[in-house]
Amino acid sequence: MLITVKIWGSLKAAAGDQSEVQVEAKNIRQMLDRLGEAHPRLKPQLDRGVSVSVDGQIYRDAWFTPLKPENEIVLLPRLSGG
Amino acid sequence: MSQIHVSTKINGDATEYLCEPDETLLDVLRDRLGMTGTKEGCGTGDCGACSVTLDGRLVCSCLVLGAEAEGCEVGTIEGVAEGEALHPLQTKFLEHAALQCGVCTPGFLVAAKSLLERNSDPSEEEVRYWLAGNLCRCTGYDKIIRAVLDTAKEMRSA
Amino acid sequence: MPLDHQANQDEKDFRIVGQRPLRPDGIDKVTGRARFGADMTAPGMLIGRVLRSPHAHARIRSIDTSKALALPGVKAVVTRDDFGEVSEDLHDVLVNCMAQDKALYDGHAVAAVAAISASVARKALKLIEVDYEVLPHVTDVDEAMAADAPALYENAADESVPAGMSKNVVRRYEFGHGDVETGFAAADAVFEKSFKTEATHQGYIEPHACLATLGPDGQGDLWVCTQGHFAVRNVCAALLGMEVSHLRVTSSEIGGGFGGKTTVFIEPVALALSRKASRPVKMTMSREEVFRASGPTSSTSMDVKIGMNSDGRITAAFAELRYQGGAFVGSPVEFGAMSAFAPYDLEHAKTVGWDVVTNRPKQAAYRAPGAPMAAFAVESVIDELCKHFDLDPLEVRLKNASTDGSQASYGPKFGKIGLTATLEAAKNHPHYSAPLGPNQGRGVACGFWFNFGGQTCVSLNIQDDGTVGLSVGTPDIGGSRASMGQMAAEELGIPYEKVRTIVADTASLGYNDISEGSRVTFSSGMATIQAARDAIQELCSRAAQMWGIDEDAVVWEDGHAKPAGENAGKFDPMSLADIAAVAANTGGPIAGHAEINADGAGQSFATHMVDSEVDPETGRVKILRYTVFQDAGKAIHPSYVEGQFQGGAVQGIGWSLNEEYIYGEDGRLQNAGFLDYRIPVASDLPMIDTVIVEVPNPGHPYGVRGVGETSIVPPLAAIANSVSAAAGVRLTHLPMSPPRVQKAIKDAK
Repeated sequence: MLITVKIWGSLKAAAGDQSEVQVEAKNIRQMLDRLGEAHPRLKPQLDRGVSVSVDGQIYRDAWFTPLKPENEIVLLPRLSGG
Repeated sequence: MSQIHVSTKINGDATEYLCEPDETLLDVLRDRLGMTGTKEGCGTGDCGACSVTLDGRLVCSCLVLGAEAEGCEVGTIEGVAEGEALHPLQTKFLEHAALQCGVCTPGFLVAAKSLLERNSDPSEEEVRYWLAGNLCRCTGYDKIIRAVLDTAKEMRSA
Repeated sequence: MPLDHQANQDEKDFRIVGQRPLRPDGIDKVTGRARFGADMTAPGMLIGRVLRSPHAHARIRSIDTSKALALPGVKAVVTRDDFGEVSEDLHDVLVNCMAQDKALYDGHAVAAVAAISASVARKALKLIEVDYEVLPHVTDVDEAMAADAPALYENAADESVPAGMSKNVVRRYEFGHGDVETGFAAADAVFEKSFKTEATHQGYIEPHACLATLGPDGQGDLWVCTQGHFAVRNVCAALLGMEVSHLRVTSSEIGGGFGGKTTVFIEPVALALSRKASRPVKMTMSREEVFRASGPTSSTSMDVKIGMNSDGRITAAFAELRYQGGAFVGSPVEFGAMSAFAPYDLEHAKTVGWDVVTNRPKQAAYRAPGAPMAAFAVESVIDELCKHFDLDPLEVRLKNASTDGSQASYGPKFGKIGLTATLEAAKNHPHYSAPLGPNQGRGVACGFWFNFGGQTCVSLNIQDDGTVGLSVGTPDIGGSRASMGQMAAEELGIPYEKVRTIVADTASLGYNDISEGSRVTFSSGMATIQAARDAIQELCSRAAQMWGIDEDAVVWEDGHAKPAGENAGKFDPMSLADIAAVAANTGGPIAGHAEINADGAGQSFATHMVDSEVDPETGRVKILRYTVFQDAGKAIHPSYVEGQFQGGAVQGIGWSLNEEYIYGEDGRLQNAGFLDYRIPVASDLPMIDTVIVEVPNPGHPYGVRGVGETSIVPPLAAIANSVSAAAGVRLTHLPMSPPRVQKAIKDAK
């Protein structure tokens, strides 16, 4: 399924200057893999770690979280707290 | 350096120990006597976590030498309760949730007990100033002050 | 297994959740019996101490430990040579624990000894000879960004940093949407201001402490005060070249953390010493070491530009944040940049964040890392605009507030959130209309924190007498054991007193993420509820077997297994204790457990309101009145929720009025003690009033939102607004200590 991923401002340059990228993926793991393949300059940040927001819910590690075209999917820095 | 032999009373019990001349009462309590209820927060008398009473006087045990306790009566957190019976302050601290992490609590209890022994009806301001030598980072002091005032009220009517 | 959330929230009439029972660790804490990090001993124990660099920046040419080793009573000495290669993601942690080629800050660990007593250890440190080549240093964030600044590294920047910047600029972040220039052009007024905040420390009263035992058989035990013993286990095992299962970590009671105890400082060193000496090693940090060499938060320099129309609508907002995170990559500037405008529903927003290194200790999280400073800057400018247009500050915030479905400035659309509820509560509170006297001012500000879930494991065991043992894996930093017990008792339908909650060691449960991110009540709570439901299923199954009916025909109600309806048969209800008593005969001990990656954490928003008085002669600020309005989703134990509100607010008071790291020209920390690093004391403060707002989080069975961190986000801003109103001049540099306030008043005349 073709899903749309929003990426944050400082990553735009690494994704061909787009703030929204489309990839074929049905879960978070696939999305991250496809993003890295389609835009190799994103890979360093993806490897360092990201969080993913799906319809407002934050996921930090859950690879198999299903993704659908109608979801709002946003890449975020890996969240931590204090 | 040879060690000094000290005879003292701790929470009413006759106690003897050996200590170095430069060892503090705090070190003695915690490391020699295994009484770890009294805490070290700073070692320089600024935080009050090591509060004990020495002959009835509230002091920072990190500023007292172990040798200075010779012939004195030391009161620590371990002596605040009487056997199974908690002191009203201890009960009120629990009821008011006047502790979060609890590391400053022994110092506060020893200090507050000392206050109520001198002044059975302190104002909020008096409680705050008496306890200004005890640092707490978790609670913002609100519930601690309420617990102490509530205890004073209860003890007055008892 | 997905939890049925909606049913609980809508029809739930809570029995124990929402009450204020006594905490299970309470008696131990008020009697001094509770054991904290430094309260443990072991036979044959040695005392470990660290030698620290007296230079802010120096190459370490050589370290000669021979004289120290020869001192009678010294059993082991370690240096950088005692640690092997580690993976890239652990490199910085290792170097911070033990310097490699350079000492990077005043206090950086250079060597360590284990000896039979503290006094022998201290003597041994003096005998270690370190040959330093002192290098120029830099401690200020803006100075570190200058082209000619002394550089800590040759190549620490990544692909995000444009060419030509100082080598100390290591990361660049950008967030936002729309086009801010369009927005500014459309505004009736655009205000732009710069701000600075100084570094502060979490200030936990208990210094770092641990007892490490690593034997010749490669098996290790670590007793440590920490917010995350599983994370400590994994990091220490990696740094010592051990398998994770060979190291068992027990978390002691913890005397405060606030984020500062989410990492390691002395623990790997203690383990290395123990391995070398083949004896247990106890290691504590002195208060001075805590200030010099644990993890304070960033000092910052910020520029904020906001455009507003005369009706109060914000048209565009821009912020550039410069944070220094000490001598390593990783200041929380990205979180600052993400959270800066989060309370506002904006068409055009942009934040840029720069991560800068300086010769200061490696920063660690401090309760909502990065957010308080950004909020201070943003809320101050909004305040100025409100004054300019003569608009009510709460009305303006209500007008622009993020609500359900708003596009957050950091990317996603918000789900169900409670910001408006906190603003309405603030507006309607008597504090807002209380009169003010001369030299007094009122300030309000909003704030938020993301909160998150994470890996969580819980084990719930039903004893044969009907009591319940609940094992969680998240260190209790705020009273969470009480809340877990409440949730277990609520689900099982038994009295709270029948549940005993403990924090288990790393060998007893699966991995648990650190107690941070305001995640414990949410995540361990969710896992507890799931484990309880798991156990209930087993209890019902046992009852069904005893009654000879189908499992589906049994329901659990009020702590009892009951036949589901008339058709199921006539059987007297069996209590949990009844079923537990015959567990041995019906299949064995009964338990429930949960191993989850908790998702669905809900953000917590807050509004703070504060009145202060400024003495125009001395510049001294007195806080007169403080009220916290924060969304807790569902307050499991209201006293502990209030405690989080109050604690965060008071840390914010200290941060805005007194606390700061002061570095000398020599790059050394000047005020490494509680006397000169002045945190608030009881006589500085009034009571801190709290209003718990509850807008349930749909992502949790009971609606819980984490609350621990949000409470430190608004205070810097609210207090700055209050003091600026009281003093009649805008303060832009924190802390607003008397000399700074005095100078601002004087300069304005």
